[in-house]
Amino acid sequence: MSELLAVTGMTKRYGSVTVLRDVAFDLKAGEIHALLGANGAGKSTLCKMVAGLTDVSGGQMQLGGEPYAPADKPSAETAGVQIVQQELNLIPTLNVAENLLLTRLPSRFGIVQHGDLHRRARAALDRLGLSDIQTHTQVGRLGVGRQQMVEIATALDRQCRVLILDEPTAALSGSETERLFEQLFRLREQGVGMIYISHRLDEVKRIADRTTVLRDGKWVCTQPTREISTDDMVDLMSGGGTGMATKTASARCLGPADAPVLSVDSLTCGIVQDVSFAVRAGETFGITGLVGSGRTELLRAIFGADPADSGSVTVGNRDATRFSHPADAVVGGLAMVTEDRKQNGLLLDQSIRSNTAINSLAPFFSRCGVVLQQRERTAAQSMCEQMDTRCTGIEQIVGTLSGGNQQKVVVAKWLTRGADVFLFDEPTRGIDVAARRRIYEMIDALASQGKGIVIVSSDLEELFETCDRIAVLSAGRLVRTFDRSGWSEDAILQASFEAHRSDAART
Amino acid sequence: MKHQLTQSVLQYAGLLGVLLLLIAVFSLSSENFFQMQTLVTIANSNPDLIFVSVGMTMVLIVGGIDLSVGSVLALGSAVLGVLMVHYEWGLLAALPVCLLATGLCGLFNGMVSVWFSIPSFIVTLGMLEMARGGSKVLTDSQSLYIGRSIEGFGEPLQSISLSPAFLVAVGSVIVGQFLLTKTVFGRYLVAIGTNAEAVRMSGIRTAPITVAAFVISGVLVGMAALAQTSRLSTADPNAAIGLELAAIAACVIGGTSLMGGRGSVIASFIGVLIIAVLQSGLAQLGVEDATKQLITGAVIILAVLLDALRSRFGKSDA
Repeated sequence: MSELLAVTGMTKRYGSVTVLRDVAFDLKAGEIHALLGANGAGKSTLCKMVAGLTDVSGGQMQLGGEPYAPADKPSAETAGVQIVQQELNLIPTLNVAENLLLTRLPSRFGIVQHGDLHRRARAALDRLGLSDIQTHTQVGRLGVGRQQMVEIATALDRQCRVLILDEPTAALSGSETERLFEQLFRLREQGVGMIYISHRLDEVKRIADRTTVLRDGKWVCTQPTREISTDDMVDLMSGGGTGMATKTASARCLGPADAPVLSVDSLTCGIVQDVSFAVRAGETFGITGLVGSGRTELLRAIFGADPADSGSVTVGNRDATRFSHPADAVVGGLAMVTEDRKQNGLLLDQSIRSNTAINSLAPFFSRCGVVLQQRERTAAQSMCEQMDTRCTGIEQIVGTLSGGNQQKVVVAKWLTRGADVFLFDEPTRGIDVAARRRIYEMIDALASQGKGIVIVSSDLEELFETCDRIAVLSAGRLVRTFDRSGWSEDAILQASFEAHRSDAART
Repeated sequence: MKHQLTQSVLQYAGLLGVLLLLIAVFSLSSENFFQMQTLVTIANSNPDLIFVSVGMTMVLIVGGIDLSVGSVLALGSAVLGVLMVHYEWGLLAALPVCLLATGLCGLFNGMVSVWFSIPSFIVTLGMLEMARGGSKVLTDSQSLYIGRSIEGFGEPLQSISLSPAFLVAVGSVIVGQFLLTKTVFGRYLVAIGTNAEAVRMSGIRTAPITVAAFVISGVLVGMAALAQTSRLSTADPNAAIGLELAAIAACVIGGTSLMGGRGSVIASFIGVLIIAVLQSGLAQLGVEDATKQLITGAVIILAVLLDALRSRFGKSDA
């Protein structure tokens, strides 16, 4: 087998953060090469650079012995590199055939040749064994798994030398996965090189010829897959490190275990299946898991943002309930700092003052519906000082603040409102070290006041630093809970993969 | 406090400048224009547009639009006409029924668009047809002459030459501005218009707030129906065609964003005055209707253009 794609010294920086450092990787013709790593290890970043989806901060690439530096996705495709991304890139309002051939619709004088279009689409689908998908069906009407198959068919239909698949089987059923594998094996025989990203280690074990492991943006090893077990894979991803607690926080007094401040019982909502846990007063409870394991969905279900299907949530000594709207959850003693502050955390066009006060106006800063502006200003001002928000004043528009300071405003909003239990979803994603430090201090202070804290994070360092216990979700189930004495990066990663391994029974 | 005052004067300085400039231009080109009588006439002939623009401002701020105001006004007017002419009710008895009818139209607009997540553009477009049809059914497509019993509201008071209708309309501007800037409700309106999902995730129920904006718009349209019916002494099922566009134009000239989250009732009020002065000034100059339309349209675009430029420079300053 000859070397098809070779990259060396691949580096990617976002501002001062390096997410990929000096990674080398090669792909042979007719090879399936698995790329493994924990969340944020740099797998997707590496693939995006190869597929021309993001610029390269450093490094060289060679494709078929020629220097290769795609400016964008179309030029990568021209060179013969196709990528199937995790998120779907189909246009839901167009039909299957139009989506399949979108960039090369057969046309004469600008008029689409429908017969030709559907014939070619049919052939592409049949090759994947998708004879039950009609080419006239609107893509939006297909289920997620079927859409994923159409997306894969689109990529397979284009002539390519390198095919990158980022978690292609996440939404597929068992039989769909089998059919996909048959196609991949067929392509392998035709000499196509494939980079395969998956969290499903038994799949990797089965189909990949070689496996490369990345950790923290660095290359760890490349080995023939048959020489390593799935246990080895997890060890390599975690560095086999102990990742022992670096907790700085002082030991706190926890509330009694039999009277938790938050207890979640058998909560089920979409992907989240039958999750139960309890958080004591003063305790910081971490939740982690792979992307798509249902972390955010769990928090949203607890908070009533997406009403749960079954199960219950109990806050303090209130009655067990299931919140159906965030308004109920807030009255019931919960607060939630959302993951995407721009999407659903902040009013970007408004001032720090408005954002800080928005959900405290009715309970604290008004009389007979009229806003008590002085009180509102005072509160916003003191929050700014307490959080050390860097701003020109409380009237500064939030959208003009840095990410870290924006996050401080989100936290300030909930501190102003007050709650018994604070839910944090990725509280420090994409923010600078100083702001991160400040937010950890706030979390610690809240816990010392006897509040319950739940932190969802994919950053294990963060959880090790802030949490008393860490629970691991795998495919929507809470599979294991670790306490300070028992946790390690390795153990947590092993648990994260639990639902994705056929040999999960043994530990 | 002083700082705040300066700021709010500055906020409206541009708009007031445009208004005064228009008055000055017309006064120079037509010697009859700059007379108390002209200005008073302008004031007394526009309370309906003022009422409607106050409601429209709230709906636009919350991120909606209400295209049905003209037809709903005709419906309210038809209700007044039928009750006062056919059933010989007094104004004080008929008015609450009129306000109830137009308020229910607003409630319908708000509930359907919020509950079924249908853009209010579509729902109110449907209401535009329904209410027009309803007003024609009620009146059998005939204008109903009501006469003296309703004229008092629209007639100038002897002492100050302004009509009660205008005074109440100005009152609605003041109350509207207070609601918008000083109350929790107003702050919610702006917040929902900015990012409804963030407001929901903050633990605030957005649906009742949004519906309330449409109801307020509906009730104010009822007041506008009273003002117009009173001025014309007649309930006309074909009244106020195209009024929604005039109201939206007034709001936009005043700087209200069609995307929601930004706007001011006072600015919309000044927007109404600018349109009114322009119309009547051009009429006094003897400009033909066709040319008047051309110029009015151009002024609307110019106003929005100025606003866009202002906010662009505003951003680069920050």
